[in-house]
Amino acid sequence: MADTPTPLTSNVHDKGRWERFRESDFFFAFKRSPVALVSFTVVCILVFSSVFAPWIAPTNPFDPASLNLMNGFTPPMEPNAFTGSAFLMGTDDQGRDVFSTILYGMRISLFVGASAVLFAMVLGIVLGLVSGYFGGWTETIIMRVADVQLTFPSILVAMLIFGIAKGFTPVEYRDQMAIWVLILAIGLSDWVQFARVVRGTTLVEKKKDYVAAALLIGRRPWAIMIKHILPNALSPVLVIATISLALAIIAEATLSFLGVGAPPTQPSLGTLIRIGQGFLFSGEWWILFFPACTLLALALSVNLLGDWLRDALNPRLR
Amino acid sequence: MTSPVLSIHDLSVDIPTRAGVVKPVDGVSYGIAAGEILGVVGESGAGKSMVGNAVIGLLSRPAHISGGEIWLNGNRIDTLEGERIRRVRGKEIGMVFQDPLTSLNPLLTIGDQLSETILTHLPIGKAEAEKRVVAALEEVGIPGAAERIDSYPHEFSGGMRQRVVIALALCAEPSLVIADEPTTALDVSVQAQIISLLKRLCRERGTAIMLITHDMGVIAEAADRVAVMYAGRLAELGPVRDVLQQPEHPYTHGLMTSTPLAAMDQKRLHQIPGAMPRLSHMPDGCAFHPRCPRAQEQCRHAPLPAIEDTRAACWFPMTAEAVE
Repeated sequence: MADTPTPLTSNVHDKGRWERFRESDFFFAFKRSPVALVSFTVVCILVFSSVFAPWIAPTNPFDPASLNLMNGFTPPMEPNAFTGSAFLMGTDDQGRDVFSTILYGMRISLFVGASAVLFAMVLGIVLGLVSGYFGGWTETIIMRVADVQLTFPSILVAMLIFGIAKGFTPVEYRDQMAIWVLILAIGLSDWVQFARVVRGTTLVEKKKDYVAAALLIGRRPWAIMIKHILPNALSPVLVIATISLALAIIAEATLSFLGVGAPPTQPSLGTLIRIGQGFLFSGEWWILFFPACTLLALALSVNLLGDWLRDALNPRLR
Repeated sequence: MTSPVLSIHDLSVDIPTRAGVVKPVDGVSYGIAAGEILGVVGESGAGKSMVGNAVIGLLSRPAHISGGEIWLNGNRIDTLEGERIRRVRGKEIGMVFQDPLTSLNPLLTIGDQLSETILTHLPIGKAEAEKRVVAALEEVGIPGAAERIDSYPHEFSGGMRQRVVIALALCAEPSLVIADEPTTALDVSVQAQIISLLKRLCRERGTAIMLITHDMGVIAEAADRVAVMYAGRLAELGPVRDVLQQPEHPYTHGLMTSTPLAAMDQKRLHQIPGAMPRLSHMPDGCAFHPRCPRAQEQCRHAPLPAIEDTRAACWFPMTAEAVE
């Protein structure tokens, strides 16, 4: 077998990562899917505009000095009767520009959603690896806790954790801590699926010879888990993380809508919707309508992206 | 013979089950000298791989060593624990697994996997390790080794992958390599290459090799000595030429006559009647007696003769005329 290295194979490694990515099946499938393209674009626009909200938003809705109560209840695209100012999406009862509050609110929603998913992911991966790898009592305890948690609706779990955590926080810090408590609550209610998927992959991979080979050369269990087993679980984890992000954003909005989430001083989309629904029957529909549409667009596009990712990364569905 | 690299004395492995304790390995003893290839043969479930796993200390629970001793380079290794067993087995033992598809991590480049092993055991830096990786790949005959260290396992064919696995087993310069069915998953032409590669490395480096297989052809081609296992026990142990050409144990004889050989003009392959006993229902006396054409009353009850004195663990070993 004295064949020389073919130029074809060595070429592949001369190219950069970006080049290789652009030639991959994954990128090809992405380009060919209108759903993926549209939802990815929407997600990008929303994320970009919330990250750069202070530069994009016409006003800072949380700076009391810039507010003019006379601007209150201005309908969208119509000049205010007293001040003559016009607002793209109108203003709320205190004269805050709805467009600006949405940009700032989406920031909170995305931050809470992403942090909660990150937290759930790290927790789930660690517990899943440990229970799958070590088995025995460790596994039994972790997975039974997961099973018990699955019997409650996750929003209920989040409310419970939120309530308990709030009870422990001193009153003067409550508003500041609310965001972090929210992240903790949503994250803790969401780790189970990560743990289950990672455990499943670990059970399959740890039987393979390369794990035995790594054990044989004397690698420690944590090194084997992180370096050899975890990479095999990453694509399902990525899919779950994306879908969880949509769910976490909705969960945050639900909690905030119920009044147990983000405080009015740091309103998220859910808080805005809660505030807006009070004015729905008095005719100021825009205070509710625009935040709700934004939440819909955000959750839907993240969810569609997650669905597409699941299909694209699943070799059996190709 | 110089003092053996690996010597196993009276090794037993127990698996406690609901139906009682079964012994997949029962009183096995053999040694392997430096530069020697010992072939271990037997049918599925004979305990060949169990011995290998016991030596590397990776028996999966609830299986455990229940008796006997394992010595590696003058150190007893079956009683070592924790940190010390890890250091010894990683440095001194290399392992070639059966299936090259699962014995390499699909998500790491082969260069990463080789240097992981080298860096774990040799006190050298990354640049030096990379040179060693290239050298190790060249030694097992990977063409263009320097360009291929960034390749992933799926970019290699099965035979090439098995070469990488062999490089992986040898790169920390172990004194013992356990090759567990290294050619079973490969096609015949590649088998011959892998076997001659193992033989060459064994000769050049003086590595002791335990070659576990059920393929008599591979044994005849590669091994210096052969250990025939049956139902967890050693049936016959001796130089490969003697054992294959003039088997003393009736089981070895049965194995040989049921191996298709182009040189022998056989109309029909011989079969050994019956099947290997279940480990939970082992017969008394010789484990082979229910299937043995030469079995007599003594075989049913008396414990077997120890293999140290004779070549075969049998009361009525086959002589030259009996083979005819």
